[in-house]
Amino acid sequence: MLDLINVSYDTQIPNNVGLSEDKKVLKALEKWHPGYINWWNDLIPQNFQESMVYLRTAVSVDPKGWAKFDYVKMPEYRWGVLLAPAVEDRKIPMGEHLGEPAWQEVPGEYRNMLKRLIVIQGDTEPGSVEQQRFLGLTAPSLYDMRNLFQVNVEEGRHLWAMVYLLQKYFGRDGREEADDLLVRSSGSDDSPRMLGAFNEETPDWLSFFMFTYFTDRDGKMQLESLAQSGFDPLSRTCRFMLTEEAHHMFVGETGVGRTIQATLEAMAKHGITDPYDINKIRDLGVIDLPTMQKKLNLHYTLSLDLFGQEVSTNAANAFNSGVKGRYMEQRIDDDHKLQNDTYAVTSIKDGKIVTEDVPALTAINMRLRDDYVRDAAGGVGRWNKQIEKAGVNFQFKMPHEGFHRQIGVFSAVAVDPDGQIISAEEFQKRQDEWLPTKADGDYIQSLMKPCYEPGKYASWIAAPKVGIDNKPGDFEYVKLHMA
Amino acid sequence: MNVPIKQHLIDPEICIRCYTCEMSCPINAIEHDDNNVVVNVDICNFCMDCIPVCPTGSIDEWRVVETPYTLEEQYAMEELPEQQDIEAAPEEEAGADPIAALLAEAHKGAGGKARAPVSAAKAAVNMYNLGRPAAMKVQGNYRLTDDPEHDVRHIILDPGALPFPVLEGQSVGIIPPGTDGEGNAHLPRLYSISSPRDGERAGYHNISLTVKREEGGLASNYLCDLEQGASVNVTGPFGATFLMPSRSEAHLLLICTGTGSAPMRAFTMQRQRTGATGGMTMFFGARTPESLPYFGPLKKVPQNLLKQHLVFSRQPGTQKEYVQDRILAEQDSVAELLGNENTHIYICGLRGMEEGVERAMTSIAESMGEQWIALRDTMREEGRYHVETY
Repeated sequence: MLDLINVSYDTQIPNNVGLSEDKKVLKALEKWHPGYINWWNDLIPQNFQESMVYLRTAVSVDPKGWAKFDYVKMPEYRWGVLLAPAVEDRKIPMGEHLGEPAWQEVPGEYRNMLKRLIVIQGDTEPGSVEQQRFLGLTAPSLYDMRNLFQVNVEEGRHLWAMVYLLQKYFGRDGREEADDLLVRSSGSDDSPRMLGAFNEETPDWLSFFMFTYFTDRDGKMQLESLAQSGFDPLSRTCRFMLTEEAHHMFVGETGVGRTIQATLEAMAKHGITDPYDINKIRDLGVIDLPTMQKKLNLHYTLSLDLFGQEVSTNAANAFNSGVKGRYMEQRIDDDHKLQNDTYAVTSIKDGKIVTEDVPALTAINMRLRDDYVRDAAGGVGRWNKQIEKAGVNFQFKMPHEGFHRQIGVFSAVAVDPDGQIISAEEFQKRQDEWLPTKADGDYIQSLMKPCYEPGKYASWIAAPKVGIDNKPGDFEYVKLHMA
Repeated sequence: MNVPIKQHLIDPEICIRCYTCEMSCPINAIEHDDNNVVVNVDICNFCMDCIPVCPTGSIDEWRVVETPYTLEEQYAMEELPEQQDIEAAPEEEAGADPIAALLAEAHKGAGGKARAPVSAAKAAVNMYNLGRPAAMKVQGNYRLTDDPEHDVRHIILDPGALPFPVLEGQSVGIIPPGTDGEGNAHLPRLYSISSPRDGERAGYHNISLTVKREEGGLASNYLCDLEQGASVNVTGPFGATFLMPSRSEAHLLLICTGTGSAPMRAFTMQRQRTGATGGMTMFFGARTPESLPYFGPLKKVPQNLLKQHLVFSRQPGTQKEYVQDRILAEQDSVAELLGNENTHIYICGLRGMEEGVERAMTSIAESMGEQWIALRDTMREEGRYHVETY
């Protein structure tokens, strides 16, 4: 009998989908494999490839087996195809097919829609690894370096997950799409990644933490919506990916939190109480809170753009056809069809920001974005608690959803962080107050000095409260290979 | 007054509210509001499914309480409450689990709740059970002793493609075939593995056991008679405290008799494979060299890696000597080890050895001006004192 919980290592590709008995897909994946390994090897600097990294791998997809820690060289990480256990008699949870048995094969009429969603999701996974490729060189500690690499190998595995779906269910075009995922590359002029946020640079570690907090959280929301899909293999893939994505949220939230902590501690130590005394604070080798607010503004707004148009017929079609659900669809108490419901959406009317009710079906993107904003606000609140505890008079604020937007209704107007519509000239004039300037970037860059001694941290970031896998403070998370 | 119970809590300062625990809880004992993620004490059955999935280290928190924290109290928490001063009910892990009870019994000699070394790797436990055992193939079954009354065997099992991650010091359960007098399947018998984590042969992830044939023993005779190629049902792995430290500079003091050498062999091989620098000292008792398992291979381990004291109680022509006698004879070097915070002590063998070892240790501690019980309790609390006897 096929064992669908434990990861099988009897082919080159660890999996729990019975690959060894699925010769056609196995062959296709094995053909794709060398290209992937080349992509990986070309990406990460060589001495890190040779280093032993304390990583987490899954030995099974049930809760007990998916977090096994040990040292491994990254190129030898067992990237595999892992699906969450099938739910017996699973039914399509929304749309016009509500209550019908979930599809085990791609329904012909939705083939293109599904393929497009899978390709877009797949394209983001290698994109972020490409954006983060040089960060190891300036890691503020071995602990952080390990977390970076954990995020990287898991994004790599998520690419595998999407490629498996393409190879298994989409025939020839699936294979071509899978190959193209390795051709596009972040920031490239002739073949960039599909979504804007994945072509921006991740130049420093604070950007990395903000990215994992805000942008990976969009990924989490998207995965959570795809986990509702009536196409069962996609649902199961995404459910397992979500357990890994949680680690990325953790890296972001604690990374920013520890950066704040180092600043608060340095301020307290030197008797600085005014958070806006920027030069004095920067002299201490830490990042001032107002600059962090600017970074937050940037990454948060770039991430809001990832949700697409507020009112979208594509999103409506995907929901209605049972291909993509809403965040936590199962927990929403409605008819899951949205035929007669409405949802409040913001738009611009006569130069004013207004809210109006539109058919809920067309507002799926807006709704997911609202859920995202709520989810993202949680961690910001916890950062503020930290600041309050230290007795510093400062609060991070999430800027208004219209601020600094390139996609959706707000892309046509300039909005300040408080939500006032202002002129383009005014925005131009004041944007240095709200978004990181080149000088801010240069200052942060000047702090990015590697700190490779076990248990030591760069000046601008505090040690974590708890080690990974409960390891003690001076644990050597990466055994560096010095070429 | 209420009987104190152990309550599962989540550290609100460390938790990032990803709700992965909530999603992985099979019985919906975990819920959240906009503030916190909380565990319903009336539902939680300690299945531990939520522990490994947590990305943060906020989930593995426990408080012994007389009145459990309500959901409302947990929702309002800004930080974890301190452990109140309550006499905890004696327990090691879940009491109803027969395997946990067996292990708790085996660890009793440590004088309190066993703790893993701080730097130990995290052990996987209970991956396979009676209802879903791992079928392993016998790769080899070799006799280790040259004493007709002592048939001790080295048995190598191959889990094949099944994932069966073990750490040195863990045990597995062996299910003898057939049924008992009442027609029920036999319960598993526990055996310490004697191979290191990456396999008897490095990279092969096979597992070796050291088994002594007991007269009339159901499992031991079954195991000792197994032929190459036979299939064995295995449960486990079990045990999350009798583990070795990962720190290279830790020093291991190994005290064992007979098949109690199984985990010591695993420790030694793993330290040899990883090039650990802290060294090891071994006191190993048997009747004669012929009945001492692994006598030949042990002699080949360099003394600077493993300082060996092989002690014999029935060696013709020499005086009877037990491990405690040799420990006392070596009291200066043992005292030095007891005073060093890099030292981790492991005692494994027949229950009868405990008393003698305790006495020897008490005497050595006294010579240092220390109280053995206090020293032992400190070491145990720090995960540096481990007993497994049967």
